[in-house]
Amino acid sequence: MTGPATPPPAAFRTGPFGGRFVAETLVPAVEALAEAFDDAWADPAFQAAYRDLLETYVGRPTPLSTAPRLSDAVGATVLLKREDLAHTGSHKINNCVGQALLARRMGKRRIIAETGAGQHGVATATVCARLGLSCTVYMGAVDVERQRLNVFRMRMLGATVVPVESGTGTLKDAINEALRDWVTNVDDTHYVLGSVMGPDPYPRIVRTLHEVIGREARAQVLATAGRLPDAVVACVGGGSNAMGIFSGFLDDPAVRLYGVEAAGTGLDGGRHAATMARGRVGIFHGMRSLVLQDDDGQIQEAHSISAGLDYPGVGPEHAYLASTGRAEYLHATDDEALAALHEVASLEGIVLALETAHAAARLRDVARVVGPGGIVLLNVSGRGDKDMPQVMAREGEGGGS
Amino acid sequence: MTRVEQAFAAAEEEGRATFVAYLTAFDPDADRSLALLRAAAEAGADVLEVGVPFSDPTADGPAIQAAMARARAAGATLPRVLDLVARLRAHTSVPCVLFSYANPLLRLGEALAPRLADAGIDAVLALDVSVFDVPAVFGARAAADLAWVGLCGPRTPDARARAIARRARGFVYQIARTGVTGAGGGRDGDLAHRVAVLRAAGPRPVAVGFGVRRREDAAAVAAIADGVVVGSHLVQRAAAAFAAGEDGAEAVAEAVADLRAGLSRPPARSRRA
Repeated sequence: MTGPATPPPAAFRTGPFGGRFVAETLVPAVEALAEAFDDAWADPAFQAAYRDLLETYVGRPTPLSTAPRLSDAVGATVLLKREDLAHTGSHKINNCVGQALLARRMGKRRIIAETGAGQHGVATATVCARLGLSCTVYMGAVDVERQRLNVFRMRMLGATVVPVESGTGTLKDAINEALRDWVTNVDDTHYVLGSVMGPDPYPRIVRTLHEVIGREARAQVLATAGRLPDAVVACVGGGSNAMGIFSGFLDDPAVRLYGVEAAGTGLDGGRHAATMARGRVGIFHGMRSLVLQDDDGQIQEAHSISAGLDYPGVGPEHAYLASTGRAEYLHATDDEALAALHEVASLEGIVLALETAHAAARLRDVARVVGPGGIVLLNVSGRGDKDMPQVMAREGEGGGS
Repeated sequence: MTRVEQAFAAAEEEGRATFVAYLTAFDPDADRSLALLRAAAEAGADVLEVGVPFSDPTADGPAIQAAMARARAAGATLPRVLDLVARLRAHTSVPCVLFSYANPLLRLGEALAPRLADAGIDAVLALDVSVFDVPAVFGARAAADLAWVGLCGPRTPDARARAIARRARGFVYQIARTGVTGAGGGRDGDLAHRVAVLRAAGPRPVAVGFGVRRREDAAAVAAIADGVVVGSHLVQRAAAAFAAGEDGAEAVAEAVADLRAGLSRPPARSRRA
């Protein structure tokens, strides 16, 4: 599925970020996980099982779509990497397939996961059903309310969904509760972390398992356009879909990389999830990275219309790429994301996930940078079906913006 | 010898294990928290662990999570917690160990070591930073100037446990079982072996915590370790008192006195000859 023009993905580097900041009880577990992953990844049988599920179950490779009307509207050629067409409707399943296979290989029959928008929870529950593993998903109580469809889906798939009332009732609290479960049941349980964050080796594992996005996209853009794109754009919460697609282009210095964070109701009102823009270096959820925090080091509540971006931290590789200038990070407000959702739906017949809509909201800015002859590759990380009840409640049933 | 180690030595002299009492600072507010800490010391706690409230206490169970939420609602910040310890110092010289997640400590930057020393803190434990990472995370000065307690888990391999014991100052805190703070009793694996490994590796005393709530639990730990850490149980007793409209000091004092009664050892079973 990858052409001869595709080099191996760029090395995983996080500079001063990353690390393994967990309670001592979890240290042997993360060490064992790192060892097991390296061992599995070097094993052709594991690779074959992973690739087989990606092809025959997830539906990879996902297509690259042209977007002629959207291109006209934004002023550059836009190409869409269609992770929304992967089984379960987002890129999240790439990671879940790999980690579930890894858990089985490690002899762990119980899987736990956190979820924000529900996409990672659905993908985890799906793969657990396929592989016959028990699955418990922690989800913030606020997110359970705004993503009821995905809660129903996870339960249908046989998962136990545990609403987390503590803290702010969102993604970070779901991660807190998953970590508490893991520290309690560490012997028989694997924690399928859903983004390129957390203690080492998670950022590396999750990035590696999403590299397939960048590998395919690079070959597909070369095949479609005859050259590399000028820019790659992806939304960033924890940053997994962005690292997946960035990884295919990190070693191509002419390709600009743009991550787009959620600016909520605006950066200055304090109700946002723009960690790269407003975060400071800290230690949170097992990693040293940029974190939204107050002067006392307390973690601040993030806000976004998109549950999947509603997180006050960010993966350490993104913090590193920002510090070296290799990637640039922009942001889009709730309203801008909603406008982009409508625009792409009406111009291309694709209803984006609210997360992806944040990246789409910055297409005009990126198009201005690359110019009218430029090519912009947008990672369509997920589809928006899950968000329709929420958008409908906000805008009324007419669906107009 | 640090004041913490002196407290362990003094308890040993008396033929009993050291009682380490954890309370979340500012729970439920500054003044009542000060009263609880004083009550614990006066009732016989040999060492106080002062918990720094944090927004995301991933290693803590419901009791300490709730305590931290009450404390933060009362305006707790690390600088204010240090002010509280400074006030406590006017009443007692019992050694104080600051028990914190890394991020609030990081915000003090270069001032970390002098600020903790000025407040009268004797040792510090960063729950999510291993003793090996302390210099890289907090800087060489803070690593050298502060006594960093070593934390050891129930699954920590012996070689790593020995290295932790050699690096630790104050004492080594052995977690008795997997899980968050405050969950039901029971201890994992061969705790006596784990304690013996730590003792043999270095001069620091070894305290055991997690899941100690009844006098029998305390006695069982006292039989094999130098010290016993009790946290969630005290926090819960205080919380129940708050709910009943009391200030909690009496409840905490009673619990400390009761558990401490379980710590005496017959002379023949003294830990260190």
